[in-house]
Amino acid sequence: MEKRAMLIDYGYCTGCHSCEVSCRKKNDLRLDEWGIKVNEVGPQKFSNGKWEWDFVPVPSSLCDLCEDRIAEGSKPLCELHCLAAVIRVVPVSEVSSCLESMDKDKVAVYLP
Amino acid sequence: MEENAKWVEDLGDGVHKVRTCVWSPPGDHPVGCGIIVTVKDNKVINVEGDPTHPITQGRLCPRCIAMDEALYHPDRILHPMKRDRADRGKDAWEQISWDEALDLIESKVRHFWEVAGPESILTFTGTGREITMYSAAYCHAIFGSPNYCMVLSGGSCYGPRCTIANFQLGAGYPELDYAAYFPDRYEDPRWELPQYILVWGKNPVYSNPDGFFGHALIDLMKMGSKLIVVDPQLTWIAAHAEYHLQLRPGTDAALAMAMCNVIIEEDLYDHEFVEKWVYGFDEFAACVAEWSPERAAEVCWVDADVLREAARAFATHSPSSALWGLSIDTETNGVQAGHTFLAICALTGYMDVPGGITLARPSSFTGKWRYETVNSVPDEVRAKRIKDQQGRYSCWDAAGPGPLPDVTLDWLEMDEPPTDFKMSYWFGTNPLACMSVQPMRWEKALDKLEFNVVQDVFMNPSIMRLCDLVLPLSMSVEHAGIVMPHFGRNTHFLGAMNKAVEPLDSKSDVEIMLELGRRLRPELWPWETPEQFFTDQLHTAYDWGFKELQDDVVFQQPFEYRKYETGALRADGKPGFDTPTGLIELKASVYSVFGEKPLPYFKEPELSPYSDAISDEVKEEFPLVLTTGGRHISMFHSEHRQIPSMRALNPWPLITIHPETAAAHGIAEGDWVAIENPLGRCIQKACIRPVVDPRVVHAQHAWWYPEQSGEAPNLFGLYKSNINSLIPHESVGVTGYGAPYKNIICKIYKVDSLDAFEA
Ligand code: SF4
Ligand code: SF4
Ligand code: SF4
Repeated sequence: MEKRAMLIDYGYCTGCHSCEVSCRKKNDLRLDEWGIKVNEVGPQKFSNGKWEWDFVPVPSSLCDLCEDRIAEGSKPLCELHCLAAVIRVVPVSEVSSCLESMDKDKVAVYLP
Repeated sequence: MEENAKWVEDLGDGVHKVRTCVWSPPGDHPVGCGIIVTVKDNKVINVEGDPTHPITQGRLCPRCIAMDEALYHPDRILHPMKRDRADRGKDAWEQISWDEALDLIESKVRHFWEVAGPESILTFTGTGREITMYSAAYCHAIFGSPNYCMVLSGGSCYGPRCTIANFQLGAGYPELDYAAYFPDRYEDPRWELPQYILVWGKNPVYSNPDGFFGHALIDLMKMGSKLIVVDPQLTWIAAHAEYHLQLRPGTDAALAMAMCNVIIEEDLYDHEFVEKWVYGFDEFAACVAEWSPERAAEVCWVDADVLREAARAFATHSPSSALWGLSIDTETNGVQAGHTFLAICALTGYMDVPGGITLARPSSFTGKWRYETVNSVPDEVRAKRIKDQQGRYSCWDAAGPGPLPDVTLDWLEMDEPPTDFKMSYWFGTNPLACMSVQPMRWEKALDKLEFNVVQDVFMNPSIMRLCDLVLPLSMSVEHAGIVMPHFGRNTHFLGAMNKAVEPLDSKSDVEIMLELGRRLRPELWPWETPEQFFTDQLHTAYDWGFKELQDDVVFQQPFEYRKYETGALRADGKPGFDTPTGLIELKASVYSVFGEKPLPYFKEPELSPYSDAISDEVKEEFPLVLTTGGRHISMFHSEHRQIPSMRALNPWPLITIHPETAAAHGIAEGDWVAIENPLGRCIQKACIRPVVDPRVVHAQHAWWYPEQSGEAPNLFGLYKSNINSLIPHESVGVTGYGAPYKNIICKIYKVDSLDAFEA
């Protein structure tokens, strides 16, 4: 089976929690377990006066990148529901071409 | 399930899938997100986003993702229940049948008609939910009453903005152009990308206000739109904006006038548009000339240069667009703030152009019908509508579909009101926990009524305290319906709410409406089923009916730009705007009829650090500015507090305090904090962040605790964290519109626990 990675364009992640709740439903997780968890960096004000505030979702080892859904031809559930449309699960071989075509700022690649 | 319907897919083995659009209950605005529901043996086993929906494309907020927790929640009200009036406040409910419940309503209504007249029956509507399309019809065409009420002071939600838009633009709600009308969306060649988006007093990514799909803002940001955010809080979108104007709550009108001043004085306005389509420019220009950026900077606590640059950026990058939010409604000075906000959009020529602000005429079924039902109330009964006895608020009385909430409370509190009030009927409202200011006064006032009826999905403190009969509602996927973003005022699509599962012993708002209508005023209610009713209503505007909508799931309405050139914005089909002058009115013709000034002005909030209405001692004792009501995505106003995975995302009511202010008060993260002013007090949990000015705190609204004891006096902790206890009654605008929910004063101090409220 082709190895896959999760790309998150987290510069646009609004911290909406849809990915967390989707994964919890899909994998029947308890309220204190996360297949993906949204972390927060900031809000912080740099000395140049600019604010920075990021939400950075991180998949855990409970994430299997929704293998079953991909096999059926569907998007992983968090990718489907992500309100900011910033999650993508792609074959590892396509990661670098995806990165080329994406916004240059704030993209995370995970192999959970 | 229906056979051969395109929206149902039978997977065999008792399993089927249904495509539908969601509205409510539970609570929500009419965003109409597309979902696919998988059902097995009449139970929802999966909910996921519908990738074919043109607006949401599969995306969902966490509330719909957790829909199963609402549908199958152990606390859901499953059957009609009644209780003796003497037992109000006690958990002494008795399960009854629908027949008994409807018989009881019918006999009470007929009795009250007889002894006190139809005006003795009041209806109270909450916000956002599907019932907002039908509650006026219940009031007028079923109960025959002119008293279509709500408890929200100054009607401070959406109504003020719609009325301002009516008066000055003669159009429905002006909305950001996110290509929502076009099937190909952003690919449509007619559409252009807004260069700047002015987001005024709104956090749409968490609130999806009025049916606007909030994350469209992110779509546009990715394509290159830049933001100008006007908000007392540094929200995530403000942190990502080119310009953030972090104004003092309640000073929007001053800020907007200064921005207009920059645009006019620096000659950045669209001369051609203004000459052709704008009325009152010279007088408006003279009015805002008094507002230099420096003067506004002092009043609003913003930087004059940032104000100037933001105004320039907006005016010189065509097309740009704008969104106005609830903060316009929730201030006594809100009509003037909204007036001036629209002026910014008109001066720059961004009205109804690609990538600007879309306008629409409210369409027949999808907006006007609900209020036209008032024509079924005879004139002599309409004359008995609650109104201010000193003749104030004539603007509200002329424009609003029901009495001003503040005056409603005044009348209910009288020992001998002009009407002998008997009964109230509530729709999707938890009035004591959510909308009302001075909720303890409303509690006493509503308790005077003999018979209070509610239809809802969960028990709440207001029902426990005041109601005598509860009708259980079916949830969104349990009934047929139509979802209309913007309630018909600028409706890019109609969505079918397709029934995925049969409800057990609950009914929809529309089903109850038809049954009660047939019982009480059969001549007005010829429809046997909701489907027939929807089809007849759709036929007033389209040549297709509900079945066709169900099959298509989504119908995107046709749209054209620059309708003021073609005549499509006016009832008479002539070019221009549907206002008395036919133009966008910077000097509004109608206000003087109602004793309001035709040009904008700034007025300090009644409870502010600079107010003349309060003493220096009071200002000293309550030095902080309090703003309220910022949203968390997991909850809709007072709803979702009992949904486990939503509550886990926002477990406690939060008061946001700047780190310096917290340190000065000896408050640490997570401490319980009392918030107090001369009107009231409540307790919330400290959230210490540099997102507010050190002189400002923000408190969440509409908190109650479903996990606590529901019986009186605790009432699910109704008053413990109730921030509306601190908001004044009847501090409304000259028109009646607007009340200071988001701009008052307070002091804060640390307390030991939430239970310090009793102590
Ligand atoms: S890809 Fe699937 S398993 Fe992984 S975080 Fe997303 S929903 Fe969970
Ligand atoms: S669903 Fe998307 S936008 Fe929402 S928190 Fe997760 S990654 Fe961020
Ligand atoms: S906004 Fe959220 S709750 Fe409302 S329909 Fe969309 S996903 Fe559901």
